[in-house]
Amino acid sequence: MEKITSPDQLKALQDSIVAKRDPDKTCITICAGTGCLAYGTQQLIDSFREEIGKRDLEDVVDLRTSGCHGFCERGPIVVINPRKIFYQKVGLDDAAEILEKTVCEGEIIDRLLYVEPLTGEKVTCEDEVSFYKKQMRLLLAQNPEIDPKNMEDYMANGGYRALAKALSTMAPEAVIQEIIDANLRGRGGGGFPAGWKWDATRKAEGDIKYVICNADEGDPGAYMDRSLLEGNPHAILEGMLIGAYAIGSTQGYIYVRNEYPLAVTNAALAINNARELGLLGDNILGTDFCFDIKIIRGGGAFVCGESSALFASIEGRSGEPRAKYVHATDRGLYDKPTTLNNVETWANVPLIIDRGSAWYQSIGTEGSKGTKIFALVGKINNTGLVEVPMGTTLREIIYEIGGGIPNKREFKAVQTGGPSGGCIPKEHLDSPVDFDELTKLGSMMGSGGMIVMDDRNCMVDVARYFLSFLEEESCGKCTPCREGVHRMRLILDRITEGRGHEGDIETLEWMGEAIADGSLCALGGSAPSPVLSTIRYFREEYEAHIKDKRCPAGVCKALITYTIDADACTGCRLCVKPCPVQAISGEKKKLHVIDQEKCIQCGACFEVCNDDAVRVS
Amino acid sequence: MEKTIRTIIDRYDGDKGFLVPVLQDVQKELNYLPREALDLVSSYLDVSLSRIFEVATFYKAFSLTPRGRFQINLCKGTACHVRGVPLIIDHIERELHIKEGETSEDLEYTFETVNCLGACALGPVMVVNEEYHGQMTIAKTSRLLKKLSKESQKSKEGKS
Repeated sequence: MEKITSPDQLKALQDSIVAKRDPDKTCITICAGTGCLAYGTQQLIDSFREEIGKRDLEDVVDLRTSGCHGFCERGPIVVINPRKIFYQKVGLDDAAEILEKTVCEGEIIDRLLYVEPLTGEKVTCEDEVSFYKKQMRLLLAQNPEIDPKNMEDYMANGGYRALAKALSTMAPEAVIQEIIDANLRGRGGGGFPAGWKWDATRKAEGDIKYVICNADEGDPGAYMDRSLLEGNPHAILEGMLIGAYAIGSTQGYIYVRNEYPLAVTNAALAINNARELGLLGDNILGTDFCFDIKIIRGGGAFVCGESSALFASIEGRSGEPRAKYVHATDRGLYDKPTTLNNVETWANVPLIIDRGSAWYQSIGTEGSKGTKIFALVGKINNTGLVEVPMGTTLREIIYEIGGGIPNKREFKAVQTGGPSGGCIPKEHLDSPVDFDELTKLGSMMGSGGMIVMDDRNCMVDVARYFLSFLEEESCGKCTPCREGVHRMRLILDRITEGRGHEGDIETLEWMGEAIADGSLCALGGSAPSPVLSTIRYFREEYEAHIKDKRCPAGVCKALITYTIDADACTGCRLCVKPCPVQAISGEKKKLHVIDQEKCIQCGACFEVCNDDAVRVS
Repeated sequence: MEKTIRTIIDRYDGDKGFLVPVLQDVQKELNYLPREALDLVSSYLDVSLSRIFEVATFYKAFSLTPRGRFQINLCKGTACHVRGVPLIIDHIERELHIKEGETSEDLEYTFETVNCLGACALGPVMVVNEEYHGQMTIAKTSRLLKKLSKESQKSKEGKS
């Protein structure tokens, strides 16, 4: 393609792409996000290609491999446009049948339709699925419409229109003012207003200025940034371009987790394509603005999501944070003024510039504007990515969109904010979710992970899990974090092993406060949160472990025994073989018994029993 | 090996700032970071060996010892954790006689955990040599390990 040298040429290119497309032509869209690919979707894609070729259907039907649709629970997902027929849990050999029946005959395949868990009703159209219907998809909206490897798809959806608007009609200061007016707050965790960060970087002195996209999405249980970067990479590039223009930057970086290979590939391809079109490089759209982007892959260190550690890592050093007496906006990467925003924050930028801050202001709550994407995971029926306006309640997200808790179990808590966040119990289910409300509840927004837990999850164990995570990920530079988190974890080990004693809870509380006060960076500063928030809401569970040597949820190995219920056991022998220590005895059709001397509480018998006869106490 | 290292460094124009990606590529090529390779990186990139060791030991992705033929990666993200990963970790350690992060003596298995793969709907997720296995249970893990053990046995017999 020839380089575009003016906003008019961009518009002409977009129009020509749209003109050659037939909106009524059948298009089979297959979700090819990491989640669906993990189900083996590539095989389905290949088989669709083959079957279309065999039947000479190329003129009748288009095939699009798109970014993540978000409803990961139901993958592989296939949507047939323009009717938006939604097929879920599609079998890897279903391609021929879909082509024959749905594409050629217009017939709906009943067994591939989604069944609403609450009403039992089958749904045909994607928009009518309750998981999608209650969301407000602004950032994720384009994912199903776009093949991330095909730049024309992004162009056909108005791609780079916001960039053209900014470059041709707005001064850099006006762009910053628009972002300030929109009150866009950073989606990476801190919630700092992006516009103010940009403003400070613009005003800082320096010959070179950097903009960085933080795609080191380390919070376990959060993957919205990956989905955006791998599903719609040009939107991130466009956001960064607008930011760079506003700040006066010529060089950008995307720092991305190495565990996200598809995001790395798609972002690299997008950068090359944008360069070829002249949307990255010198004199972008015929202006004086020059900007380019490099991708840096992370090395698998959680702390590198922290700004100063991330800079160190880009500079080729180990990722240790530094004290922030001087802000990154003054001295960041290579000691130059730097703006660092995360993927989701950058994805918001083109929308705000395109539709204006007044529109953006109309969505969300007083202090938190726009939408937020949450990764709804754990003990939830509809695992997936959920985008809702700020201020939506936890109950709406978990029950109306998430479809509630599987296996008729009871909701116990939802963990938000990753390892820096906390657990929120059911009495706060009606709280609206935004930056300030979550902080009030002793948790935080973080990057948007939402891990749902039921009555079979032990809160002491969860707190111990996060501490051991942070202990491993602590860079070791400052003592409160390195030693303090380790010591707190040892206390939790004791408690979960039945060796807790009176006063442990109080020790954890004061240690937690001291670590939060004394640590150098946010990793240590928020490390005690999972412990403090579980003590706040589930103190009696800690006490049960310490005083009664009992784990009410039946998780902590040292405190539980597995027994077989005489009334429920059918003597099927299913549990006998999986037992690694041969602790289960019993003849066919007779009651089985677990030898408590031998049992190592591995849970294998509990997992295989179909009759609910293995009990944990 | 010299040629391999040279090619990788040329990919990044010999830029010192790309030390982490250079080491990633070296590891991908050689399966781990042998001392000899680090010496070469040090001299070609003109970065001190101590600095390279600092980086190579800081990031979890690097290994200074050889890794097994089957690289078993179990996701330890929160969603997987609440769905029972700790029991699966115990099970794998018991079956393979190696601890998390270790490689078996015969260099057949490396068992590692990863903080989150972001495939939470499939949790617990296990990846063996880049192939995903979802909704793992103790029983499914047993079956998978048995399959790997058979493959391993076969290739050992083939060699001898």
